Amino acid sequence: MDDLYREIIIEHYKNPSYKGHLDPHDYAFEDSNPLCGDHIEITLRVDAAGRVAEAAFDGQGCAISQASADLLVESILGKPVEDIKNLTKQHILDLLGIELGPVRLKCALLSLKVLKGGLYGLGETLEDA
Amino acid sequence: MTFDVASIRSDFPVLQREVRPGVPLIYLDSTATAQKPQSVLAAMESFYRRSNANIHRGVHTLAEEATALYEDARAKIARFIHAASPRQIIYTRNTTEAINLVAYSWARATLKTGDLVILTEMEHHSNLVPWHILQAERGIRLEFIPVSPEGLLDLEEYRRLLQQSPRLVAFSHMSNVLGTINPAQDIIRLAHQAGALTLLDGAQSVPHFAVDVQALDVDFLAFSAHKMLGPTGIGVLYGKAELLEAMPPFLGGGDMIREVHLRSFKPNALPYKFEAGTPAIAEAVGFGAAVDYLSAVGMDAIAAHEHQLTEYALERLEEIPGLTVFGPSASRKGGVAAFVLDCAHPHDVAQILDQGGVAVRAGHHCAQPLHEKFNIPATTRASFYLYSTTEEIDRLVDGIYKVKKYFG
Repeated sequence: MDDLYREIIIEHYKNPSYKGHLDPHDYAFEDSNPLCGDHIEITLRVDAAGRVAEAAFDGQGCAISQASADLLVESILGKPVEDIKNLTKQHILDLLGIELGPVRLKCALLSLKVLKGGLYGLGETLEDA
Repeated sequence: MTFDVASIRSDFPVLQREVRPGVPLIYLDSTATAQKPQSVLAAMESFYRRSNANIHRGVHTLAEEATALYEDARAKIARFIHAASPRQIIYTRNTTEAINLVAYSWARATLKTGDLVILTEMEHHSNLVPWHILQAERGIRLEFIPVSPEGLLDLEEYRRLLQQSPRLVAFSHMSNVLGTINPAQDIIRLAHQAGALTLLDGAQSVPHFAVDVQALDVDFLAFSAHKMLGPTGIGVLYGKAELLEAMPPFLGGGDMIREVHLRSFKPNALPYKFEAGTPAIAEAVGFGAAVDYLSAVGMDAIAAHEHQLTEYALERLEEIPGLTVFGPSASRKGGVAAFVLDCAHPHDVAQILDQGGVAVRAGHHCAQPLHEKFNIPATTRASFYLYSTTEEIDRLVDGIYKVKKYFG
């Protein structure tokens, strides 16, 4: 079927590489999608140069939200924290490699909303990004 | 009259469509909103093509026709729920607005700090949030009849709560998640014995089985047209006449007044006292046609058909490994099957079912506290109506096996 459940998504959903909670951590953020109950928490450790040294996500939700979180965490490792500010909706869609309708887009973007919201107080306008 | 589901289906244009080429629609989301028969669509179109005018004030032919159609629908709805008089049928936007009308008018005029309102743990948000607002504003107390693991109300605990002299017991006739049909007659009788009034959320009951407000002796009943084959944008608050008469107006404006002066007004008689502004006229006409359709098929026949479907659906679903259906056995519930699958999230289940044309709902169905009680974030919900078939349930089950192939 369906592009929506490409193998990469099912794989990252069933066997996520970065699921967990870092303790201690430098940053911790969490948020929920009130409509469907998806929940994501992201914890980060940042090195002396301001780069993401380690990152993990925890939470529950649909395959799209959980696979997005795993792929997003993987994509920011080693990146300067400042660069996370510039990540957009397209970054997530590129990671997933699919098109999404408005309802499922909210699932896909939850992890990015958590990350940017936590770091910069952004996130409200993500879908327009 | 035998129940001919094929003939019924042919009355619903949308049931003839495909969601994608070669994939027919299998609509199992009637608990969210029902599909509309041709007769409802025709009644509304005819109203706009022939009789469209504003009601009550005009003396021209169209205004008189429009008024007659609007009021005929009210009389049909009154007969449908066995109300003593059409003036006890207040048109609202939907069930939610009907409940809010009671909360804003009756409750604000009546309840004081510390007064108790009893609700249940299985309520839809529409019968929770109006009372939360009043709790914050007025300091009323809220208590909840607990839901058992099987999805039934704990009536022993209800009797204990009644000893605290509640003013109102407001509860769902049928749960939109568990499907539980609550023993409304007993709950109402016990409430009255304790000196409380009763408000019945009939959003899921009035569309699916015969509801007789006089036999129930209920004080208020709220329901929506769109869940019973009618249009969106119109619902009803039924109330006992003496209560409605004593209540202050809800919204102010045109049509709800007898006289208006610069600094004062006198409210209109029932039911107009609660119908401010131009109402949903074409929708009322459609609502009347929906009631005609349901009455012609027969509510007992509809309930029997849905009962058969529910028994069949529970039997088929419960044979699927890793699937849990919430709510009581078929004998205690209406045509709703909310379930979780151990290998996949409800949204993913619904999305994959949609690929096979099967329309179900995933989420907490506006009953978040109930999902918290069962410690699940969401469920997938299939629901049935008079036009649903066992073949559609088979397609649902096929779709769930497809989900298991992906995620299992």
